[in-house]
Amino acid sequence: MESLSTVHPAGPAAAIIATLWWVLLAGATAIFLFVTGLIVWAWRQPEGQRDARGFVIGLGLGFPLVVLAALLAYGLVVGERLLPRAGPDVVRVHAEGRQWAWRFGYDDAPGHRTENVLHIPAGRPVDVAITTADVIHAFWVPRLAGKLDAVPGHVNVLRIEADAPGRYDGLGSEYNGRGYRDHRFTVVAHDAAAWDRFLREETP
Amino acid sequence: MTALRRHRALTRIWASDTGWKGWFTTVSHTDLGRMFLAVAVFFFIVGGILAMLIRAQLASPRSAFLGPEHYNQIFTMHGTIMMFLFAIPLFEGLAVYLLPKMLGTRDLAFPRLTAYGFWCYVFGGSMMIFSLLAGVAPDSGWFMYPPLSSAIGAPGINTDFWLIGITFVEISAISAAVEITVTILRYRAAGMRLSQMPIFAWYALVTAVMILTGFPPLILGSILLELERAFGMPFFQVSEGGDALLWQHLFWLFGHPEVYIIFLPAAGAISTILPVMARTRLMGYGWIVAAAVSLGILSFGLWVHHMFTTGIPHMGLAFFSAASTLVAVPTAVQIFAWIGTLWQGRPTMHLPMLWLMAFFATFVIGGLTGVMVAIVPFDWQAHDTYFIVAHLHYVLVGGFVFPMLAVLYYWMPHVAGRTSYFNLGTVAFWLIVPGFHGTFLLLHWAGLLGMRRRIDTYGSGQGWEVINLIASVSSFVMAIGFAIVLIDVVVNAVMAVRGARDPWNAGTLEWAMPTPPAAYNFASIPRVTSRDPLYDTPDLPVQIARGEGYLGDCARGRRETLSVDTATGEPRYITVFPGNTALPILMSAITGVFFLGMLLKAYWLVPLSAVGVIACALVWVWGLGRKETEGRIPAGHGLSLFTAADVPDPPGWWGSVFLLLANGTFFGSLLFGYAFLWTIAPNWPPPAYVDAGTGGLLLLGGGAALILVGTRLRPVWGLALVLAGLAALAAVCAGLMLRAPDPAAHAYDATLWVLMGYALLHHLVVALMLGLLAARRLAGHAAATTVGAARIGRLWADYAVAITLVAATAAMLPGLLT
Ligand code: HEM
Ligand SMILES: [Cu+2]
Repeated sequence: MESLSTVHPAGPAAAIIATLWWVLLAGATAIFLFVTGLIVWAWRQPEGQRDARGFVIGLGLGFPLVVLAALLAYGLVVGERLLPRAGPDVVRVHAEGRQWAWRFGYDDAPGHRTENVLHIPAGRPVDVAITTADVIHAFWVPRLAGKLDAVPGHVNVLRIEADAPGRYDGLGSEYNGRGYRDHRFTVVAHDAAAWDRFLREETP
Repeated sequence: MTALRRHRALTRIWASDTGWKGWFTTVSHTDLGRMFLAVAVFFFIVGGILAMLIRAQLASPRSAFLGPEHYNQIFTMHGTIMMFLFAIPLFEGLAVYLLPKMLGTRDLAFPRLTAYGFWCYVFGGSMMIFSLLAGVAPDSGWFMYPPLSSAIGAPGINTDFWLIGITFVEISAISAAVEITVTILRYRAAGMRLSQMPIFAWYALVTAVMILTGFPPLILGSILLELERAFGMPFFQVSEGGDALLWQHLFWLFGHPEVYIIFLPAAGAISTILPVMARTRLMGYGWIVAAAVSLGILSFGLWVHHMFTTGIPHMGLAFFSAASTLVAVPTAVQIFAWIGTLWQGRPTMHLPMLWLMAFFATFVIGGLTGVMVAIVPFDWQAHDTYFIVAHLHYVLVGGFVFPMLAVLYYWMPHVAGRTSYFNLGTVAFWLIVPGFHGTFLLLHWAGLLGMRRRIDTYGSGQGWEVINLIASVSSFVMAIGFAIVLIDVVVNAVMAVRGARDPWNAGTLEWAMPTPPAAYNFASIPRVTSRDPLYDTPDLPVQIARGEGYLGDCARGRRETLSVDTATGEPRYITVFPGNTALPILMSAITGVFFLGMLLKAYWLVPLSAVGVIACALVWVWGLGRKETEGRIPAGHGLSLFTAADVPDPPGWWGSVFLLLANGTFFGSLLFGYAFLWTIAPNWPPPAYVDAGTGGLLLLGGGAALILVGTRLRPVWGLALVLAGLAALAAVCAGLMLRAPDPAAHAYDATLWVLMGYALLHHLVVALMLGLLAARRLAGHAAATTVGAARIGRLWADYAVAITLVAATAAMLPGLLT
């Protein structure tokens, strides 16, 4: 149930974005109610010349500028925290999309290749270097982080992390033709011991 | 002359041909406006049927109703039809119908161009419909990302239909935009200052200029992609120096402004209707104009927010995120000015107002979710999910369809000249609005639960089933509502009674005429001294009908109207419009053959039809000339004016200025694309850069000088110099192409060919224009009646020189720097 939900996060990146969403929803609801209230009120009060400055400058310019400045600052802070910064325990893996499958590789085990299953260690930041063999795709594990595109000739790096060991559903999330619906993969997060075992295994 | 005799005389002059022939030869903005609106509604119905197919397919999980082959065509065509064949043409139709009437003039600046644009729209739209019926419709999504839409990803003809059909249709957008702009600036009632224009005209002006600067990147992108598909010129193929992201930049450079091109006309209608419904005047006219203009400008700086997940560097993301949130400010200015207008008036709840309330409730939500997705981290989750589908429909349906329903019920008495029975309309309202929110509100949540857009079906267990079922049922309720609106329109057109002239007690000039309107709009052109002339001069309609304004005398037996000063609206000259003609439909049919030749890869048709189009254009333009000057003729109120044939800035000069604005944007986009590939695309530099050599540079400089001098001499002698100069420039361009003989080798070579081809095309156009001018002089046309044409020729010649020099420099620059 809800294995693709962005509002059931299972990693730090998805978690801060989910919090961001709830904040956005609360703010948007308040603003919507305020605006509808103003409109309904127009019917309930006597007509008369109104001061255009109150509406246009106060509400039209001042109000959104203040709200948006705050929101933007918040968004930028969140964005900073999602950046793939270098660190001692960062793991680097590779994802290559194609019609309609994913192939994964591992810096820590150069010979390893997996098809449609990405193995990562739980509790450690993982940088996924994303590219494509044909058309544009996108790499998305909704419960772990946002999505990033696989663009021909470019390599994009996405930071993901799973809080706990387990299986997480992933999707190709850029429309890519006939097989788009089933362009999916699985992320398997291992505890430290299992991760070591995976790295030492022969290519399956 | 009595009002009735004047009416008869003017009708004889202005009427379209009778019978079926009239449909094809009319150049009247009233006829063509209605035809535009009817065809746009037809496409709305087609797009709506496709939407119903989508919703039927998604109603339950694992649906086997449509497979991916069909589903992909259907959602692509739904988006494409709604954006290109419904929304934009509906605005064009509305502006074509209303603007001259609101501005107090008798037709648009270029009546034959209106007809030409309309027929291009019909023929291009028919190509798209044909592809749908034949089962070969485009299927790469309405934004057509390569390489999925390239020859590798989409080998069939499907994508070619999109690239060629939509480009054909865009001719109508560009021509409508040129004439809307020129009409607003030069064709108004006497004395109507810019600051006294009806607010809708300001919005239409901003929208039209945005079309002129927003559509060229798309047209360029489509041409490049078609060149890649047809001839292997690798603009978007990374292995040969292209870059798939170039398409995304070009597309969204168009695509984001497009959203405001759709919203602004609706906002113009709201600003017009809302004060009338609230029995007051618009609050903050100046602020609203400023907001519309800044929205227009800002919207060109946001396109990257559609590409937040493509791997743009962090600083870029921050900049475009800030810019994207900033557009909410001018939008808020308008919303709160409208609310202030409601507060200061005594609002009534007629049907148009009901639809404006639906607009507020819906569009505000769409705007708020828009701010959400402008925040980059949130967009990384929401992008390409049903959250976006819901957001975009809240904006497009709330911000365009609902206001257009207000427009329908507000102006229907004008078009049909009858009052309506509103009961059906109210029933439809209560089906459509709840139906809409039932369809899309919960889909936001489905998106957050991970439902991607563009999937043809889905499995159960993700919590999507109930949401989709509700959405599908509601969408059918909404569809029934739209069907009732259609029935309502038909019933009103056929059965309802003739109503009062100005049923809403509005103040703008379109209500100063009997309805349905006469072919000539105004029996005489009024003098206007305020924004709401009918409020200040209630018997203005009578004065107009009695011929007390300008040009009330129809003794000359031809279609005349006033051209006014841009800022003050003071009369400057008299424009004589052409009569009914089949030339526009003929020319657009031949244009259609041109596009068809490319679509079917029957390339021999292409030059053939190009010659046909040129021949039509020459006939078209030749007819504008006059042998003898007419001198000043009386325009009424003791004023005597020259006609357009005798002035240095005829309508064609103004039209050229704005066409060159679009053309210059096209060229600018090409340079942008070139710079993008040069600096960003992975596989650069190419094997070799070209160089014209010293001889080439001398030829370039000499040719440019000859043209600049030649266009400033007398036409026939000057022509010799110009032709020599053009030949020199063309030789340099062709020479550069020969130095990179295989345009499929690398994106650099391909770009070089496009740059040079663009210059060569302009050399041909300038040669034709100046040749025509010389022919006129040789045919005995007086110097006085060719001043305007000479200035138009000079404008194009200067442009051609400039772009040739820039294009040649650009082509050689990377080689010089390395
Ligand atoms: C009348 C009711 C409408 C319904 C029920 C409806 C429904 C839908 C649905 C379900 C999709 C998503 C398809 C998918 O991703 O698989 C969609 C896509 C879209 N719709 Fe609508 N729509 C309606 C009206 C409109 C209107 C009025 C416009 C524009 C003026 C519009 C523009 C679009 C666009 C641009 C897309 C994206 C197409 C793509 O992904 O390539 N729709 N619509
Ligand atoms: Cu946008």
